Order: sequence, then structure tokens, then C-alpha cells
Amino acid sequence: MFSSFMVNAWQAGTIVAVVAGVVGFFVVLRGSAFPAHAIPNGAFAGAAGANLIGVNPLVGLGVFALGAALGIGRLSRRGRADAVTALALVMMLALGAAFLSQSVEYEPQIFSLLFGEILGVSSSQILPVFVLAVVCVLSVAVLYRRLLLTSIAPEIAAARGLRPERVETIFLVIIAGATTMTVPVVGALLIFTLMIGPPAAARCFTNRTGLALFVSVAFALATMWGSLAAAFLTNWPVGFFVGTFSFGWFVLGRLYATWHRAHGSPKVRVVLAQ
Amino acid sequence: MHAIFEPGFFSSGPVHVALVIGAVAALVSAVVGVFAVVRGQSFAGHALTDVATTGGSGAFVLGISPLVGFLGAAIFGAGAMDLVGVQRVRGRDLATGVVLGAATGLAALFLFLDTTSGATTGATQTILFGSIFTVASSTIPTVAALSVVTIFVIAFIYRPLLLSSFSADLAAARGISLRVVGLLFMLALAVSVGLSSIAIGSVLSTALLIGPAAAALRLATSLRGALVLACVLGVVATWLGVLFAYDSFYWFSKSQGLPVSSFIVALIFVAYLASGMPVLRRRGERSGAAGRGGPRGTRVEESA
Repeated sequence: MFSSFMVNAWQAGTIVAVVAGVVGFFVVLRGSAFPAHAIPNGAFAGAAGANLIGVNPLVGLGVFALGAALGIGRLSRRGRADAVTALALVMMLALGAAFLSQSVEYEPQIFSLLFGEILGVSSSQILPVFVLAVVCVLSVAVLYRRLLLTSIAPEIAAARGLRPERVETIFLVIIAGATTMTVPVVGALLIFTLMIGPPAAARCFTNRTGLALFVSVAFALATMWGSLAAAFLTNWPVGFFVGTFSFGWFVLGRLYATWHRAHGSPKVRVVLAQ
Repeated sequence: MHAIFEPGFFSSGPVHVALVIGAVAALVSAVVGVFAVVRGQSFAGHALTDVATTGGSGAFVLGISPLVGFLGAAIFGAGAMDLVGVQRVRGRDLATGVVLGAATGLAALFLFLDTTSGATTGATQTILFGSIFTVASSTIPTVAALSVVTIFVIAFIYRPLLLSSFSADLAAARGISLRVVGLLFMLALAVSVGLSSIAIGSVLSTALLIGPAAAALRLATSLRGALVLACVLGVVATWLGVLFAYDSFYWFSKSQGLPVSSFIVALIFVAYLASGMPVLRRRGERSGAAGRGGPRGTRVEESA
């Protein structure tokens, strides 16, 4: 389980889980689940395009992820945010379909872009992933108070002179950064799963922001490590376990919240739905 | 791959099927889509296509009819979203995301089993992007029949749905069960999305669901007008897209045309952007509020 190719997987998986836990916490808090799904998924089209013109797929991923973040941020200022997100997503996927139709893409490569190839991570991939991860986590740390305030009390934030739409766009760019580094490792579909399940569960267990953030990262790490071990033992795709474990955390969280509402102190309120 | 553009492959048959099935899918999607957009359930509408395709890949593994897989998974997914809390406006996207995440994990497993069993090469792509040209003409009656059922359900709950979409409090005060209306709508959404994703692929399904509806809602002054306009936009974009895709075969020397879904989506996207132009002048003040979560139907309310 700790042979050389697995060591890379453990390292990459750990980095990805930390970032997903941190960024995902704000995704859940801000209700940005749809952009968090759309940006990595759309970025997949960028990788297909990069393959077509012979550029490093990371460049394509980055360009499309950033384009998606800025486009969604900009267009949703004068339209329904969720409709705009859906349209941006299908537009990018349609481009991806056009790219794929012009190239002779090998089927497993598409599969791995969507569902990840964590067991095939090379040691040269670790460093860029690590650097982007540090940038993402640092950006969240710098914006921490602004992200919190615009998520929880947009009116107060506006009164303090913060511009919610600008903070939202910056946050989408952070998602784009997290996406660019994680798609080649865990795939476009699974980074979303990892950004939703563990943080949503964490919010069921505690109302305190700092603690919830910590729990979110812990759940994400547990999901990732458990998935890697399970995938190694069963030879099934990591993605299946990431999806199942993430959902499991959420179910646990909901059960705990229900139990706590019935038996716990009345002061504690479930703020999941926000 | 997308080897549907073989030279000489075109008798008019596939094109006719594409035109018919595309129009049916566009009409149903437009009607359901208007409510999906108004209710702020675009994400659910999109996520259900992914859930449906998970069912599709599961059907491959189990060897049952793909239609059963697609529809079954979509309906099950809609029920799960409702259970997790899709009926609460603020928790909708999260509930959708949780269900989508779980379905994605299953999809990873099913596609893995598909590809290792070797029975379905190209399954990932077919399922994601589908193609309107590869639809068998024998599926038309099924799709049409289920579409009629979907439209009927929407017509049946039209007024309560309308009221609960625009003002949940008012609807509740009138004795409308938001839960029942919401669940019925989710089921209609699931059937419509499941059908269109098996017929035309999940990308196009979302595009036809959200695009024409969102554009029409920006242009029309009443909900009825928006419904009609969305239907027109959807059908026109679909037919033009089929035409362009047919022609695109002659554009390149590589004898490889572009996928029809790319054209249809591009047309819909352009239509949406164009619909924003007059809105830009009339409602320039609407900034900021749309930044998170999604506003809930304020726009039509003020113009209806």
C-alpha cells in the first residue's frame, strides 16, 4: 500500500483533500455548489482543447477554469446566477465536444480527466499541485473575513464597503485555481464531490466557523485516505469511494443534527440549509 | 468517436429523426425549463442529467434497457434531492450537490465496470455528449408519449406551481401544499431531463432546459409569453444546429464534422447573450443581488 506509486498518490491526495476541505467549506457556506461543479467540469473541455493543439493540458485547464470563473462572475451580475452558470457550463462542454470530435482522443484519457487518475500521479506533478494548493489556501486565508462576511451577512458587508460581487468573482477564481491543480489528479467530477460532502457534513456537527473549517478538512482527509486505501485493496476506481464516503459523511452529519435537535441543548441550531 | 459523419452515410433518415426528436425534446425542455429557471432549480435540472447518465451506465452494467436506467435514476435522484432538502430555497443547491456527488461516485464505478468488461467502447463519451443523429427512430414513440405525460403534469399543476414559484408564502396561505407541488415538479423535471439526456446527451439536455427558458424570461413580459418564446427559441436553435452540423461535414478536409450538440449549444448561448441587450438598458440596477445562490423569480413577478 505504500509502494512508490502509492506514495505519490498519498501525497497528491493529501494536498487535494486539504484544499477541497478549505475551499469547499466556503463553497457550502456561500451556496456556490453549482459554480463549484461547473468550473472543474468546464475546465475539462480546456484540457481537450489543449490536447488538440498540442499544449500542456494544465494550460488548457487553467485557461478554461479561469475563463469560466470570470465569465460566470461577470454574467451573473445581470442575470440569474444559476442559469448563467448552467449556460457557461454547457457552452464549455459543447466546445469540449467539438475539440474531441476533431482529435483522436483515447477513451481512457477522457475517463481519467473526468474521474481522475490518482494512482498514476508522477512525482513531477506533486510540486505544481503543491504550489497551487498553497496559493489557494493562502488566498482563502487572506480573504477569510471578507468571504465570511459576504456569505453570512451580505448587507453588513455592503455597509462596510465590501462589494459582494467582486468577492464572489475572486472566490470563483480561487475555485478555478483549486480546479486546475486537482482535475488531473482526482478528475473533474470528483473534486466537486470532495468539495461538497465533507464540508456539508462538518456544518452539521458544529456551528462554530473555525471549528467547522477544521472538521471539514479532517473529513476531506479521512475521505481521501480511506478512498485510497479502499481503492488499493479492491482495485475499484478511487472516485467511487470518494463519492460514497463523502455521501456517507453527509448522512452521518444529518443524522447527528437530527439527533442533536431532539436531545441536545435548544440553543444549537442547524444552519445546514444556509 | 463521433464517427457519425461518414461520407454517404446521410440518407435523410437520421436527419429526420434528429429534427423530430430534437423538436420534441426542445419543447418539453422549454416548458419545464421556464419553471426550473423561475424556481432557481437550474442546478437540479443539470444535476439530474448527470444522475440520469449514471443510471444509463448502470443499465449497461446490469444489461437492462438504458431507458429504464436513465429514467429510473433521474426519478430516484429527484426523490433523493427532495428528501435531502431541495424544497427549501436556501438549501437547494447544496442538496442537489450532495446527491450529484454520490451519483458521480457511482458513475465512476459503473463506467469502470463498463470499460473493463469491454462491452462498451466509447461509453464515457456517448453518455456525456450523446448524439441526436444516432437516435434510433424506434425511440420516438416512447419519448413522445412520456413528453406528453410531462407536459400534462405541468399543465395539471400549472396554477399552484406558478404561485408557489413566485410567492411561496402566498401559495401556502391559499392552502397549496408546497411539498407536493415541489415534488411533482421535481418528478416532471426528472422525466423530462432523463428523456432528453438519453435522446440528445446530457450537455444538450441542460442547454435546452435552461438556455431558451432563461433567454425567454428576459424578453417576455408574461409567463405565458415566456413559455411560448422558450419553445420557439428551443426548436429554432435545435433545427438550425442540425442543419449546421450536417453542413459542417463539408467544412473541413479531415472529413470529420463538428458535433451537432456544439452547434445547438452555441446558438442557444448566443441567443441568451443577445437577450441580455435590452435588459441591460432597462434593468441596469439589478447588480449584486444575483451574486450568490440565485434570485428567485423577482423578474417576471414585477413584469407580469
